Amino acid sequence: MNNLLILPIIIPLITGMFMVIVRKRIYFQRMLGILAIAGTGAVSAVLISQIKNEGIQVLHIGGWEAPFGVSLAADMFSALLLLTSSIVSLFCLIYAFGSIGKDREMHYFYPLFLFLLTGVNGSFITGDIFNLFVCFEIMLISSYVLISIGGTRIQIRESIKYVLTNLLSSLLFLVAISYLYATMGTLNFAHLSMRVAEAGQDGLLTAISLLFLIVFSLKAGLLLFFWLPGSYSAPPTAIAAIFAALLTKVGIYSIIRLFTLVFYHEPESTHLLIGIMAGLTMVLGAIGAVAYWDVKKILTYNVIVGVGFILAGLASGTTEGMTGAIYYLIHDIIIKALLFLIGGTIIALTSTANLRDFSGLIQTYPFLGWMFFVAALSLSGIPPLSGFIGKVFVTEGTFEAGYYWLGGIGLFTSLMVLYSVMKIFMNGFWGESYLDEENGQKLKKGLLIPIASLTILTVALGLGAEGLHSFASLAVKSLMDPSLYIEAVLGKN
Amino acid sequence: MKKQNDVILRIVARIAVVIILTFAINLFISGHHHPGGGFIGGLALACAITLLFLTYDIESVRDNIPFDFKAMAALGVLIAVFTGVGGMLYGRHFLTQAFNYFDLPLFGKTELATAMIFDLGVALAVIGTAMTIIITISEDR
Repeated sequence: MNNLLILPIIIPLITGMFMVIVRKRIYFQRMLGILAIAGTGAVSAVLISQIKNEGIQVLHIGGWEAPFGVSLAADMFSALLLLTSSIVSLFCLIYAFGSIGKDREMHYFYPLFLFLLTGVNGSFITGDIFNLFVCFEIMLISSYVLISIGGTRIQIRESIKYVLTNLLSSLLFLVAISYLYATMGTLNFAHLSMRVAEAGQDGLLTAISLLFLIVFSLKAGLLLFFWLPGSYSAPPTAIAAIFAALLTKVGIYSIIRLFTLVFYHEPESTHLLIGIMAGLTMVLGAIGAVAYWDVKKILTYNVIVGVGFILAGLASGTTEGMTGAIYYLIHDIIIKALLFLIGGTIIALTSTANLRDFSGLIQTYPFLGWMFFVAALSLSGIPPLSGFIGKVFVTEGTFEAGYYWLGGIGLFTSLMVLYSVMKIFMNGFWGESYLDEENGQKLKKGLLIPIASLTILTVALGLGAEGLHSFASLAVKSLMDPSLYIEAVLGKN
Repeated sequence: MKKQNDVILRIVARIAVVIILTFAINLFISGHHHPGGGFIGGLALACAITLLFLTYDIESVRDNIPFDFKAMAALGVLIAVFTGVGGMLYGRHFLTQAFNYFDLPLFGKTELATAMIFDLGVALAVIGTAMTIIITISEDR
């Protein structure tokens, strides 16, 4: 028993609900928001140290033992993602202070932001598949409101598409859960894993696992990403950044959890399919990223490339591939938030997203320019920065598994990604300055602080990859060996 | 538009609302041993208020029920979560429920459980949400 596990879920929930009651006090809400997210981060840091010393932490809610009650289980993989998402959402929140506008703040922006985190944290930490569905819904319903809050024309249009797509995928999720419950008679991840292993993963179970793959692919933007570019370019910067950083990652987390813990018996069909989907996702995403001259579109297609790359690591099924997937997942959460924040800042400064319409920003905003440069290099995986180590491991894993084509696609799309972000840098930041001194807006310090912090974080993560390695290898150990998770949740008998 | 004299509707609604409110509270209390509970109890109570909205105009009902329904929904969730936190404070698992038997003056020996407080939270959240939706879409601003 470890009651710390519930705190990442209820701290944002309680704080958010309290904010609904004190709706008009915006400064109070800002302070509360920072405190709540910092508290969540502190709890996840404590969890990480506990998991490192004592193994996987479990909480049976209400005291009902494992297969009968809902259990929460945090292994190193969950805890690392919890910590990263707390840090990144803290910076997105600080960015929102200076950019979101009084109108949205008055209409429950901060509570909704915290409810989104409630859902994300719950999805990362839950040990029960129906509870995962509930946490997904908490996250999605908050994101429906966040995407439409403010009510501009484009937001309403995109939110209709977004809501319809996600309602469909939630329905499929529910159907898949009922199939699974009908065949296996349990909903607990550990118990499911045990029963699937006992019964043998036959054709029916593989079919159910593929239904889950479709559901989570819709959420994660793996091949089924048709909804993603529109939805992610509609909302304001701070919201788009938290979407890009966290929402697809929850889908990725679910795919990894499900296909390492429960459906790992038929890798030649399921994992190969994930590999093919990941390869196609990378190629299509990279084509999109190269094709557009719109800053937001380029960045959203880069989100899609990242999804493909992480799942290529899972598809390889090797220790190296999984290590790479974990490194790249953490890196991707940070770098996507950073790139979206910078992209949004550029659009706010130039009031256009079209790259052909502005140039020479680096003369007026040198800090922003060089931070974008660092972020761009880090995104495409240049050695001292954080994207590198994940790419190396994933490529190594795919080569080791014999999927040379997949590793090759990964490397080639890295080039295209580098080209797409360098296109923003060279067209937007270099060249003749189209702004003169008095014409240029002043860049607010409040916006620069979160951007600078995330840039420092991505550099530090690249330089300190060795320090992270012991944690990442623990995470991989529990992912590669499901018996650890089962023993922790169900006990040793 | 000429104001219609809907005296029959008003009289019937006055009686019906009392019956519906009683039924809602009955549904809420009986949830532990019979069909019912916080969700349906809250929904039935929201129905009673909706009937008042239909019979009288929004303003006069709002004057008599002066709650901020959004805050009420939030308060409901807070109550529900804090019953879980209460279990934690006693060193148990989150959401551990406790119950005991009490000799209440009018009811005699009665089983009281903290699940009731959780249900109260659910009921408040449901009433608050339902009323917020109805009031929001009926006021055009």
